[in-house]
Amino acid sequence: MLNVALPKGRLGEKVYDMFEKAGFECPSIRENSRKLIFENFEKGVRYFWVKPSDVAIYVERGAADIGVAGKDILLEYEPDIYELLDLGFGKCKMAVAAKKDFRDNPRRTLKVATKFSNIAKNYYASLGRDIDIIHLNGSIEIAPILGLSDVIVDIVETGTTLKENNLEVTETIVPISARLIANKASFKFKSDEIEKITESLARQTEDKND
Amino acid sequence: MNIDTRLLKNEERAVFALRSLYEKYGYAQYKMGKFEEYDLYVRNKDFLVSDHIITFTDTNGKLMALKPDVTLSIIKNSKDTEKHIQKVYYNENVYRVSKSTDSYREIMQTGLECIGAIDDYCIYEVLSLAAESLKVISEDFVLDISHMGIVSKLISGLDLSIDDEKEFIKCLGEKNAHQIAEICRMAECDDETKDKILSLVTLYGSGKDVIEKLKGKFMNECSEEIGQLEMLISLLESAGFSDKIHIDFSVTNNLGYYNGIVFKGFVNGIFEEILSGGQYDKLMKKMNRKSRAIGFAVYADTLERLGETKREFDVDTIILYDETSDISMLNDAVKMMTSAGKSVMAQKQIPSKIKYRQLLKLNEKGVEMLENNA
Repeated sequence: MLNVALPKGRLGEKVYDMFEKAGFECPSIRENSRKLIFENFEKGVRYFWVKPSDVAIYVERGAADIGVAGKDILLEYEPDIYELLDLGFGKCKMAVAAKKDFRDNPRRTLKVATKFSNIAKNYYASLGRDIDIIHLNGSIEIAPILGLSDVIVDIVETGTTLKENNLEVTETIVPISARLIANKASFKFKSDEIEKITESLARQTEDKND
Repeated sequence: MNIDTRLLKNEERAVFALRSLYEKYGYAQYKMGKFEEYDLYVRNKDFLVSDHIITFTDTNGKLMALKPDVTLSIIKNSKDTEKHIQKVYYNENVYRVSKSTDSYREIMQTGLECIGAIDDYCIYEVLSLAAESLKVISEDFVLDISHMGIVSKLISGLDLSIDDEKEFIKCLGEKNAHQIAEICRMAECDDETKDKILSLVTLYGSGKDVIEKLKGKFMNECSEEIGQLEMLISLLESAGFSDKIHIDFSVTNNLGYYNGIVFKGFVNGIFEEILSGGQYDKLMKKMNRKSRAIGFAVYADTLERLGETKREFDVDTIILYDETSDISMLNDAVKMMTSAGKSVMAQKQIPSKIKYRQLLKLNEKGVEMLENNA
């Protein structure tokens, strides 16, 4: 039985479509219900919906053999897993944003508000910049407006939220997209199924890009 | 002394089996203290799995550490030998930060090290003992082998900075082909090299198949390494491990310490690697040793999770008594049952959530059966 962790939401549904095309369908998942686990014994596959930021944990700890997670989550938690494929969707970027009139003073410690402490820490360490991290869980955009922080490090998709809050991107840290990940031990014992899925998903991704 | 082996936990049983396996091949047990001078670890920080170390100041003012690692101590206490090989095994507790809880944990580690004039036979012996060790733990195992020589030769062609090289090794360990393609693009390498490197990332499978593919692509630059891999794989196959040995270049270890063969072991049912090892001549050199060395460690604490069997009963018999009971009668009843090989618990009240086969009560006349679940 191959266990697949899917991120709840639109992204997860798109991912399931790709798995279905790869020959691992599980029709019951399309029925509207509050169930979280769906099995197809014939195909030997079990899907479950989890919070997107938890997919990496399920996979790293082997509760799921494979899963799909955003690169942002992988960079933040640095799980010990295989990153088999860049699925090329769910595209956005991890960026630094600040108030439009913000001018950086390199002699001061930079106050950074973010949900992604680890990414922010690593990024500024690579620049040799001393920072003070303010970890927030949401509404990061208001931190610079209220003077809580100088800048924010966050995911930017279209930039609309930033614009509406009078912020702008000052630096791009890294592009983000959805990745197919696998548990290292599971890969050894279920390599045929996992390789079959990886190949099919790679083909589907390429077709889309062509 | 009579030991009931049924009482041994999975990991305890495995450790005993491993010790007798290593003794059989002439490895001597290496016993060491729990502390080591902190200095030893500072100088070789990258060799350690995590750089967090529990330290304390000894009475003489020296900064000491609770051992986070065994290999460094063994090397420190080894002598350079040119002709023979020192073969030792250990079974020690080490202290490391667990990634999931971000706090220190005591981890039981068993392993072996060969130090001295390492030759191909010795490398084979260590690999086969690694495979045997995994087999002791479970029949359903995989030993993944890689060759750092091939990896470092390919990397050297890319002319990467130290940071990029680290990133490359990390991506190789994640089978992250798309990121490696990006690194190749940044390094402006030609299509042929890029193609070779990417094929290395995705190469995985049984020894024979991969050797054939390697020969097709890398024979020019890595003939020596491929020859060594082929020889080792065929020896392991004739030892009966053919379907258990895979070649996988995602097995990576720090290039600064490891050179030749590196390997990792997995067992079906445990979500992480339970065995890891390799040849670390470069570490020996850093510690001013001329000898070469190879070894591995088995993470015995992970075995706890293997084949957990729920205990049907916590105790065979509970015998109830009260303040008025005759103590010598109680003693006789307990003795009778224990000598019959049954476990028995004398209690005034039944503890909550306990499962027992029989419930007995002691009264003036003797023992009365209240409940029988057997």
